[in-house]
Amino acid sequence: MDKTDFVVRFAGEGGQGLLTSATMFAGAHTQFGYFTQTFATFPSQIIGGPTWMQARVSTSEIFSRGDELDVLVAFNQEAYDYHKDEVKEGGVIIYNSGEFQLENDPQGFGMPFDQLAKSTGNTRSANFVVMGALAHLVNIPQSIFEEFNKKRFTRGRPGDDELISANNQALSLGQQEAIKSGFVIGKLAPPIKPDYEQILVNGNEAICLGALAAGLQFYVGYPISPATTVLTWMQSNLLGSGKFAYQASSEIESITSVLGASFAGKKSMTATAGPGFSLMGEGLGLAWMAEIPLVVADIQRGGPATGLPTKTEQSDLFTVLTPAHGDVRLPVIAPGTVEECFDATIAAFNWAERYQGPVILLSEHVLSERQQNIRKPKLDEIQVEDRKVFSGSNGYHRYEGSTVSPMPIPGHAGSYVANGSEHDPMGDTTHLPIRHLQMTERRFNKLKLLDDGTYEARDSGSSIAIMPWGGSKGPAFEAYQRLIESGEDISWYYTMYLNPLPSKLLDEIKSKDLVIIPELNYQGQFSTVLRSHGVAAESITQYTGLPFRVSDLEKLIRDRIEVERKKTTI
Amino acid sequence: MTKKNPEYDFEWCPGCGDFGVRRALEAAIEQRRIDTELPVENNAVIAGIGCSGNMVHLLEGNQPYGFHAIHGRTLPVAMGAKMARTDLNVVVVAGDGDFLSIGMEHIAPQASRNLNITAIIMDNAVYGLTKGQGSPTSQKGHVTSSTPYGNPLEGLNPLKLYLTLGISFIASGLSSKVKDLSQLMVNAMNHQGFSVVHVQSPCTTYHNTYEQLKGNLRKGIDPLAWPISDDHDSTDLKSANEIVDTPGIPLGLIYRDEGRPTFDMAVDDMASQGKKKSFQSIIDGYTV
Repeated sequence: MDKTDFVVRFAGEGGQGLLTSATMFAGAHTQFGYFTQTFATFPSQIIGGPTWMQARVSTSEIFSRGDELDVLVAFNQEAYDYHKDEVKEGGVIIYNSGEFQLENDPQGFGMPFDQLAKSTGNTRSANFVVMGALAHLVNIPQSIFEEFNKKRFTRGRPGDDELISANNQALSLGQQEAIKSGFVIGKLAPPIKPDYEQILVNGNEAICLGALAAGLQFYVGYPISPATTVLTWMQSNLLGSGKFAYQASSEIESITSVLGASFAGKKSMTATAGPGFSLMGEGLGLAWMAEIPLVVADIQRGGPATGLPTKTEQSDLFTVLTPAHGDVRLPVIAPGTVEECFDATIAAFNWAERYQGPVILLSEHVLSERQQNIRKPKLDEIQVEDRKVFSGSNGYHRYEGSTVSPMPIPGHAGSYVANGSEHDPMGDTTHLPIRHLQMTERRFNKLKLLDDGTYEARDSGSSIAIMPWGGSKGPAFEAYQRLIESGEDISWYYTMYLNPLPSKLLDEIKSKDLVIIPELNYQGQFSTVLRSHGVAAESITQYTGLPFRVSDLEKLIRDRIEVERKKTTI
Repeated sequence: MTKKNPEYDFEWCPGCGDFGVRRALEAAIEQRRIDTELPVENNAVIAGIGCSGNMVHLLEGNQPYGFHAIHGRTLPVAMGAKMARTDLNVVVVAGDGDFLSIGMEHIAPQASRNLNITAIIMDNAVYGLTKGQGSPTSQKGHVTSSTPYGNPLEGLNPLKLYLTLGISFIASGLSSKVKDLSQLMVNAMNHQGFSVVHVQSPCTTYHNTYEQLKGNLRKGIDPLAWPISDDHDSTDLKSANEIVDTPGIPLGLIYRDEGRPTFDMAVDDMASQGKKKSFQSIIDGYTV
């Protein structure tokens, strides 16, 4: 039988073109109609340090990076030592014999990457040498890569033709080496082309596209991994009259300028990661208090303080729910896939404008870097909500009433004071107990307007459920599928609307004996939140800076179910 | 419309310098309304925290938009409002603590950007609302609740700081000279670029400096404040430097540079070099 799924990992040092290799490998397959997903992990430095990136190719939709490797491409000895155990039985290790030699590994074959590249006339064609070898191993036509090569390097520059021809030659050299080695892995089944148009993007690009689709006009941000690419994308693309994208001097400047812009009437956003988000706490409290709509994307990384800037974790949930002092509970939407990064961003803007306050878009490093082919959004089908704007005359009481009220825009009648101090309906500072009571209730009342979040429910009859959040959705879903296939009775729930949770979902999961929450943090943050809602939630945690492996999760969930079943029989 | 809010009960202390600043600002906004024929709602006043921040609630007459924000962040909030809406006249009101202590980090970036707004600083050399602690402009030896043995350090010279940072319009005023102050504010608002009007606005409760500033002939106290000569060429940086290095408090326009492009002009200029693409074509660029 043909293979339907294929995972290749490129491992070596930063600066060796590993990211390009994986991106190219996935990109070429995408063009041919396969589903692809990449995963990268690297240290926080520009060049050097152990880096790896892998690409997974499949004939059907995929949800995780893939646990076991069909092929490991090892650029140096260290990479080989570190990753060789993850190569599956029947898998192959292609190693760079220009760097090191392997004597006793029956799975390995070596070829001198750089030497072969050099012989083509393009010293930087090592990627193509590797690609040629890979094409042979999985028996896919070399023409896929030739086509990709042609498309990618036809840039209208002198020397394009020479480069393309050298790369093609590199492909052939790699193929010949693989043939000589005698290894084959099995034929990759032909792709089943989807009947819809696709785009190839990573999570941060999907956020940027979603923001533009939602009508973003004003973006200010500060460089920070892994949110920097949102800033640079905006500076390239958020152009035109009435638009503004700018690199601020700090995250404090980012959040407060976004506040000023939204007060002045623009749809506004910033993106950051943990350390920057911490600095934004007071500004977010101001947005909540003064009722200013805005979106802050927190692309989570690992750990407190500087922590792990280039690794993944889901440990900012507590922080984003209550980033400021005082009674504050912010709306949070956490996408779990690249496609959801797009949808969640639009939802975040809609929520912000609807309830007139800050909304947190909670993404993760693993999504920001993941390149995946997803359904191409149809712009005319997107529902965009705009601000309810005040259009009367002066003398308006902007904060009157127990829920959201139209917002005046500077330059037009209806002047008021947007106030971060507790205020009366006119916006003037007050200390009256009744006002603090009324205004606090008004602010929390507005959250009720956000109970339109959707959720997934499968096999909802079981008394035990699994409910991941964010980027753990993918591996959890594959683990869930395996459990169901093996006859386990377990329900699946998932939502990206973490606060407020869809009330119907909450009702459903409250009836369960056990709701298992796989999440990447030590404290079990989401299960803690759910328990405060009366849900019998329990976390499966991991805090290594890496995402879950499907097989690990499958085992942990199975073990936990077994304990629970024993409990009920006793 | 004139605002009347019986519920609002904040008051400045009797004799507070901020009363004079308020009258000057009301007159300047009114003058601008007449000059530009734009409604008062075209003005946005961004306030920090402290006695000075209550300015946005206490303004009488036709009401501009106000934003009573958080401590120290008036400038970036103003940047957001101005860069979002270059048609607005954006005015910052802040105290010496708000602007020069917690807010210090925001002055230099706006100076180099030449953000087209006006900042009105009410300097009383103390933190009033928290009951009289020392501030960046407290002078050496100044006894406050946080400097019980006297301030060990020389006070900051804010005018020299502004000049050093390259702020493109710098004026100094006294809260009791309302008419002069108002004219400085009008000129500052008309200036294309970042303008600062730094006002001596004494705190009658914790640090009453009226007598020192204005002098008292009978007691033999020479006035600390002195008028800048009409001969002073405000476009001359060297002469401006001499003024801020002269002891006492100079009153009047110290420096202005009309030649520098404003932040919004510079950004527009750069952005016009970018390739403007429709959203559809951006998305199409990612199509498989």
